[in-house]
Amino acid sequence: MDFKKAPLIIFVSVLFTVTGLQAQTKHRAKTPVKHTPVGLKASIAAGQKVFTQYCVSCHQADALGVPHMNPPLVKTTYVLGDKTKLIKILLNGFNEDVEINGETYSNSMASHDFLKDQEIADVLTFVRNSFGNKATAITAAQVKAVRATNKKS
Amino acid sequence: MKNRKLFSALLPVAAIAGFILFNACKSGESTNNDKDSVAATITPTTDGGAGLKLPAGFNAAVIADKLGGTREIAVTPQGDIYVKLNRAKNGKGILFLHQEGDQATVKTGFGTFGGTGVYVKNGYLYASSDEEVFRYKLNAQNEVINPDQPEKIVTGLLSRREHEAKAITLDNDGNLYVNIGAYSNSCQEQDRKKGSPGQKGCPILDSAGGIWQFKADKLNQHYGDGVRYATGLRNVVGFDWNQQNNQLYVMQHGRDQLHDLFPDMYTTKQSAILPAECMYAIKKGDNAGWPYMYYDQEQHKKILMPEYGGDGKKEGGQGAIDPVVAFPGHLAPNGLLFYTGNQFPEKYKNGAFIAFHGSWNRAPEPQAGYFVVFQPFKDGKPSGEWEVFADGFAGTAAQTASGRAEHRPCGLAQGPDGSLYITDDNQGTIYKITYKK
Repeated sequence: MDFKKAPLIIFVSVLFTVTGLQAQTKHRAKTPVKHTPVGLKASIAAGQKVFTQYCVSCHQADALGVPHMNPPLVKTTYVLGDKTKLIKILLNGFNEDVEINGETYSNSMASHDFLKDQEIADVLTFVRNSFGNKATAITAAQVKAVRATNKKS
Repeated sequence: MKNRKLFSALLPVAAIAGFILFNACKSGESTNNDKDSVAATITPTTDGGAGLKLPAGFNAAVIADKLGGTREIAVTPQGDIYVKLNRAKNGKGILFLHQEGDQATVKTGFGTFGGTGVYVKNGYLYASSDEEVFRYKLNAQNEVINPDQPEKIVTGLLSRREHEAKAITLDNDGNLYVNIGAYSNSCQEQDRKKGSPGQKGCPILDSAGGIWQFKADKLNQHYGDGVRYATGLRNVVGFDWNQQNNQLYVMQHGRDQLHDLFPDMYTTKQSAILPAECMYAIKKGDNAGWPYMYYDQEQHKKILMPEYGGDGKKEGGQGAIDPVVAFPGHLAPNGLLFYTGNQFPEKYKNGAFIAFHGSWNRAPEPQAGYFVVFQPFKDGKPSGEWEVFADGFAGTAAQTASGRAEHRPCGLAQGPDGSLYITDDNQGTIYKITYKK
């Protein structure tokens, strides 16, 4: 029985592999858009509202910050790099001098731990996908996980 | 009362147009010194050179540029210039420039510390870092004799990364005045955190949030050697001694973020223009009321700070002095100079020039400022409406609105011939303003 069916099995396996690879290739190429397109769009839109309410007066409408005072959010590893570190900045605030591209910024940022997990996820997803930034979304689950283990300062 | 009703009625349309209308409605009233919007102010339209708009007859020249973060400036009787850099450049925090015509050339640099203040008086150059005040002995030509050996006048001042600039000025009786800005926005338990209440008996005021007086010639003074000359001042960068009535005048930077922290009480538009940036005439022992109140230039009232139970209407600041002039919010006055020269027309004599560094805390509303204002004085008191004297530092209207200003006015000084000097700490430019009859 097996030998008769063997060509079929091989054929089907190859077919699956090929389509699988194709799908994966397509999938990769369009990750930012195709990966939960509705969810990402909604998160960015919701995040923009949070940004306008809590962030814009310091970081400015173009997210380029204020010289010597409030750091830019554009193309910095603080925003585009490690998600846990970024989530912690919102939860704990930021109270040390930071140097970005040769410029020092000194204003303290207050803790924004009063924001809901979803709000933090949305605003960070918005910032990571606006102003010329492009990075993966941050989810409420990720914020929740970081908040659970976050050492209160 | 009538005006308040009118104001309330206009609140929903609190756009710039509304404020202009409001101004127009009450213009029959007194000539109040405070104006409610920048749009309603007198601004010069004449091309004054160097990219600036100035009143007719005035001319601007860029005498030096790309110097670094040029903060305050002092011009000697010989016409030489000392300018303080916010951060030392190549190890030099103070630059000495010599003028030839419309050019000022850096002759030397010294002082390894960054900072803001610089002042020439009684044979000494005074300069401040964010924690200390130094002085350098000058020779007969007002040149520093030992650039590597300053005397330390004041030491150990608090600098906590917010309002850290220690602006300085001197009176005629051997006293040095130092601003020690509050390392806080409104003395909340957690600075700038939504929902965090104001600290009762704000502890910051013991060592900051005021003007301290020290002896100008005594070395190594600490807090204990000084006098808290005035308190309740959130942050002062521009201040000057008025020679006419022998009194200290200061420009306060008002609090930020009324809308961010209290979105139910303040719209973004209200938050953009409130609270006022206040000019105060200071007497020893005065309290200007921070953090328990702010001044509302539209209601003409001291308002209870929302962190301390205010709602935008309840009055506060009992016992706090009133401002003598109230400018629109967040414009950031960094330079104040009483003009005592003879070069400019008579109306400028003994009046105040104020360099507004420009706002950042108006977003998402358009930013404003980046100009030098003139406030007329009579008999040592503000008299009549202030007007924009020099504008155009930012560049285009779009650069002003976005806050991406090319130049940001900071320090002011008067030359021996009555010329006015303006620094820009964004690109390190020094402007010289002259007048030709």
